[in-house]
Amino acid sequence: MLHLLTIDPTAIDWARAQFALTAIYHWLFVPLTLGLGLIMSIMETKYYRTGDAFWRQTAQFWQRLFGINFAMGVATGIILEFEFGTNWSNYSWFVGDIFGAPLAIEGIVAFFMESTFVAVMYFGWEKVSRGFHLASTWLTWLGATISAWWILVANSWMQYPVGCEFNPDTMRNEMTSFLDVALSPFAIDKFCHTVTSAWVIGGVFVVAVSAWYLLKKREAERVMAVKSLRIGAIVGLIAAVLAAITGDESAYKVAEVQPMKLAAMEALYNGGEDQSLTAVAWVNPFQQPDYQNEAEAPLRIAIPNGLSILATRTLHGYVPGVNDLLKGYTREDGTIEPPAQEKMNRGKLAIVALSNYRELCAQEKKADSQELKDQIASSKLQQLAILQENFKYFGYGYIKDEAELVPFIPINFWAFRIMVGLGTLFVLFFAFILFLDWKKKDISSMKWLLLTSIILVPLAYICSESGWLVAEFGRQPWTIQDMLPVGASVSDIGSSAVATTFWLFLALFTALLAVEINIMLKQIKRGLEK
Amino acid sequence: MNRIFRFYYDGFRQMTLGRTLWLIIGVKLAIIFLVLKLFFFPNFLKENAGRGNEADYVAKELTERVQK
Repeated sequence: MLHLLTIDPTAIDWARAQFALTAIYHWLFVPLTLGLGLIMSIMETKYYRTGDAFWRQTAQFWQRLFGINFAMGVATGIILEFEFGTNWSNYSWFVGDIFGAPLAIEGIVAFFMESTFVAVMYFGWEKVSRGFHLASTWLTWLGATISAWWILVANSWMQYPVGCEFNPDTMRNEMTSFLDVALSPFAIDKFCHTVTSAWVIGGVFVVAVSAWYLLKKREAERVMAVKSLRIGAIVGLIAAVLAAITGDESAYKVAEVQPMKLAAMEALYNGGEDQSLTAVAWVNPFQQPDYQNEAEAPLRIAIPNGLSILATRTLHGYVPGVNDLLKGYTREDGTIEPPAQEKMNRGKLAIVALSNYRELCAQEKKADSQELKDQIASSKLQQLAILQENFKYFGYGYIKDEAELVPFIPINFWAFRIMVGLGTLFVLFFAFILFLDWKKKDISSMKWLLLTSIILVPLAYICSESGWLVAEFGRQPWTIQDMLPVGASVSDIGSSAVATTFWLFLALFTALLAVEINIMLKQIKRGLEK
Repeated sequence: MNRIFRFYYDGFRQMTLGRTLWLIIGVKLAIIFLVLKLFFFPNFLKENAGRGNEADYVAKELTERVQK
């Protein structure tokens, strides 16, 4: 008989809230760095190719805004690593070097590439050749993008752990293939989707700032605003279309490796073949729906066969719902996905085997005869075999009730729709602007369009953050998919300590954000003035 | 070396907005490393398990959260 020891649930909630807060604030700075970095590099490329001083001035202006955002964002991600060491120590030890290696590479690349080339970009205008300066600007952007790659590799491993083997002696997962970790298909999809969505934010930002100059009828910035608006819209449209394509590929991968997340995103309680894709439905944003008894979410309007195509790339493909995943089901290829209860039982077997194995190791050290040592060695092998056979479901051993395996459906459902809805809006918005530009319409006289451009800035951030909410809420209760739930990952700490630092962070990050917005607005108001 | 030094020296000297940004970066790093890290974010395993005993500590934590 097994009994689960409980860890203070409030501590888990605070630790999760603190991590979410830090990651969300950190993500306010990162996408603009990636998106604006691309656009300022394009501006400077125009200067390199034409030699026109206008493009140099324009590139310098956007680089100034890039610098403000860059400075505010620097080191905000480091706090996440502090949190791993303090709040998530079991997790940190358990993941071993798999998580540490990409983060270390990220740190080194970020430091050397970005610090070197940022300096050339800002200090080198009169001191290095145009070609070298242009290369430095592109490399600053590339350095930031490569940093994002490694962070996303680490995150993807948590969602789809590959290239590793658990060592019960060290209690760590050890990397068996660096390439499997670094080039995980989940990581590639996540990187492509995340980076292209960051370019959308860059496009929206440049269009909005340009629109503000036109709205204010600032003659000194008029030409820059018109030309920047065009480049911002082109980058934005390409990025938004790419984000849609890569998002579709990400959803396909989620269906394969995290089917519960997809079921939560879709509020799909009971799956089957020929599944339709929910466009809208009423899912109470504040309450977990009664998925066991409801056939589907009320007032549902859906696209026929849409989800089957999204998840399986076939018109009639089988997509499991929440209840199928809990009760178990047979896949189209005939393989069986066991019920949650069986996984929980096998997880407990694995944990008990691990405990026995380590106890036997301790006894082996104290054994005084060869015969006893041989007996213990034989028992160790038996326990190891049980552990390996059931390790796939190790994390399920900590689950008390199968309801814990269902993420909070409302957040997943609505965040997914906000992300997709706003993403579609951006495609239409950028396409409309470029259409007007192509028709030689005077955008500067369309006050409503200029105002809309500015209003879209916060919506772009909401869209981007919603994507992260789907990714991270959808994988609950896991810190490492199927391997370790949050309840086992968290340190045995008191909730008050975590709550204190939560409020400290909230104050610190809000202050930083206020300072950034303040400086950014001042610089935008200054415009091209020296 | 001298050219590299001059490059950075002149660059920093001629900064305008950059000075404010560097000041903010400095204050932020000081808060992060000298206040938050030192006083609020100890290495939990180092404090509770001691060097070399981390595996035993984590094993105990992970196996006792499911107790026989």
